[in-house]
Amino acid sequence: MIKVENLTKAFGPKLAVDGVSFSVERGEVLGFLGPNGAGKSTTMRMVTGFIPPTDGRVRIAGYDMEAEPIAAKRLVGYLPENAPAYADMTVWGFLNFVAELRGLVGEAKRKAVNRAVEMCFLDSVLYQSIETLSKGYLHRACFAQSILHDPPILVLDEPTDGLDPNQKHEVRTLIREMGRNKAIVFSTHILEEVDAACTRAIIIDRGRIVANGTPEELRAQSEVAGAVLLTVKGKPAAEIAQKLRELPLVRRAEAVAEKDGAAQIRAYPKPEAGDGELGARVFELAARERWTVLELRREEGRLDEVFRKITLPDTKPEKEREIGKKQ
Amino acid sequence: MSAQSEASTLDAATAPKSAAAFAAASGEYRPWRNVWAIVKRELGGYFASPVAYVFLVIFLVLVGFFTFNRNLGGFFERGEASLFAFFVWHPWLYLFLVPAAGMRLWAEERRLGTIELLLTMPVTSTQAILGKFLASWFFLALALALTFPVVITVSYLGDPDGGLIVCGYLGSFLMAGSFLAVSSMTSAMTRNQVISFILSLVICLFLILAGWAPVQNMLVGWAPAWLVDLVASFSVMPHFAAFQRGVIDLGDLVYFLCVIAFGLFVTGVIIRSHRAG
Ligand SMILES: Nc1ncnc2c1ncn2[C@@H]1O[C@H](COP(=O)(O)OP(=O)(O)OP(=O)(O)O)[C@@H](O)[C@H]1O
Ligand SMILES: [Mg+2]
Repeated sequence: MIKVENLTKAFGPKLAVDGVSFSVERGEVLGFLGPNGAGKSTTMRMVTGFIPPTDGRVRIAGYDMEAEPIAAKRLVGYLPENAPAYADMTVWGFLNFVAELRGLVGEAKRKAVNRAVEMCFLDSVLYQSIETLSKGYLHRACFAQSILHDPPILVLDEPTDGLDPNQKHEVRTLIREMGRNKAIVFSTHILEEVDAACTRAIIIDRGRIVANGTPEELRAQSEVAGAVLLTVKGKPAAEIAQKLRELPLVRRAEAVAEKDGAAQIRAYPKPEAGDGELGARVFELAARERWTVLELRREEGRLDEVFRKITLPDTKPEKEREIGKKQ
Repeated sequence: MSAQSEASTLDAATAPKSAAAFAAASGEYRPWRNVWAIVKRELGGYFASPVAYVFLVIFLVLVGFFTFNRNLGGFFERGEASLFAFFVWHPWLYLFLVPAAGMRLWAEERRLGTIELLLTMPVTSTQAILGKFLASWFFLALALALTFPVVITVSYLGDPDGGLIVCGYLGSFLMAGSFLAVSSMTSAMTRNQVISFILSLVICLFLILAGWAPVQNMLVGWAPAWLVDLVASFSVMPHFAAFQRGVIDLGDLVYFLCVIAFGLFVTGVIIRSHRAG
């Protein structure tokens, strides 16, 4: 539904977005990650046709955004960053205005507005002036605007920004559910949202895509992905670590924590180890040694670690970069 | 067909491949409906704040003051059944009031960031510019219409020429539109309303003074004749005066419409250039 090819945007000499390509089909929810200033919002502005790209092109369900903007824009719902809305209108007036621009009239308009109000829990502020809304409600009003015409494509720039934990949960659920029969792109700084709502995620850094994959694939790039975490009671950590290192499949073993008489050790597999094989070996070892095992777990890897690994070395100044490498 | 079902039944495979086909599939594409939606919103925006009412009151008070003051318009002292004393002040009132009414048009939209919403809707920038302009022009027309007591007064006191009055109002309305198009242009240049106001005031002042003898004399000494003529031809005053005489000349009409068209065209260029970054 969304097809972006070699999208580039230069602001003066500066490349905010540099050759970004991706596509999103119906039924997919694409998470957009990246440090501040990476070019997420700029990309979304080009996808929604607000700013023209310097190079490359955007196709929305086959329509070229530059050649046929009206046809393309009809199919897209957009929540811009910071949720702009007309301060002098009421929520109800605002939604009706947007509905009219979306070509809805009469009964269809009334239904669409009611549906959006219901989905975004706006009943209590319906006749309040937008100027006086709290940040979270403002965000919800603008979100309601984007789903008003039930578009097949949604582009959401930080949709959960400023929402309380309950609303964050609601919005994620909503995105996941709508994602079943829509193509959705949303940006976020909250990595849990990737797991909670995305089928795929892209990390961009300084205008370029640096990672692209399912949340699982991204996590697998983590240092600890595939490692085995073992917690044993009543033994010193050093001794357990030593025994683990003697296993043929273990590349490295290190004590993570030692507390209340229980030692926690992480064992990293050698590259040749098959999926889950290391866990089995560790289990056998523990049984042989008659360790009191409190926990034995295979680590999936953590997104925040992957995110840092991919984006940190580039965005930090030279000195911190060195420190980052040593860790 | 409801728009919901229309949107959700559409996907890459079945999407019609041209805008025309799409328009046919989803009912007629009506650009004026977008313009009208924007006009309604803008007018709602004006009247949602007390500023609109303050504006109307100030305009009417000033009109009354200038028209009836013995030292200024001298409406009663003239002893004639005409609205000359009324219309003669309009350029000067508009000089301040039209930029005030027009300064928020695009500056506010950019300050709030709502321009990003507006221009990612299925609306062309031409429709948006036109909608906003027409709403403000309508508002100015309302202010002008509220001066009707002056007409009643003059009809009560004497027997004025109705055609002349209509003609005068038409000229005044067109001049307001011209100044407004200038304000629309300056409003698109900046997100600061004060700067927009000042820029617009300066340009409108130029339009008023361009043909004025002292300004012309300043140029005559050194500038080539064609430049002097060119500057003079920008002047709004002779065209406005023609309407006051009750003459509707095609040239005068064209002048006002050209200023409006030019102002709105430049507004579009500025908005597009901002988006291009
Ligand atoms: N209109 C503009 N003119 C000049 N530079 C711009 C403009 N808009 C964005 N930029 C620059 O482009 C880069 C990318 O900005 P963008 O807003 O896309 O980042 P982002 O990934 O959305 O960041 P954040 O996570 O903070 O929202 C930034 O360095 C920004 O300063
Ligand atoms: Mg952003």
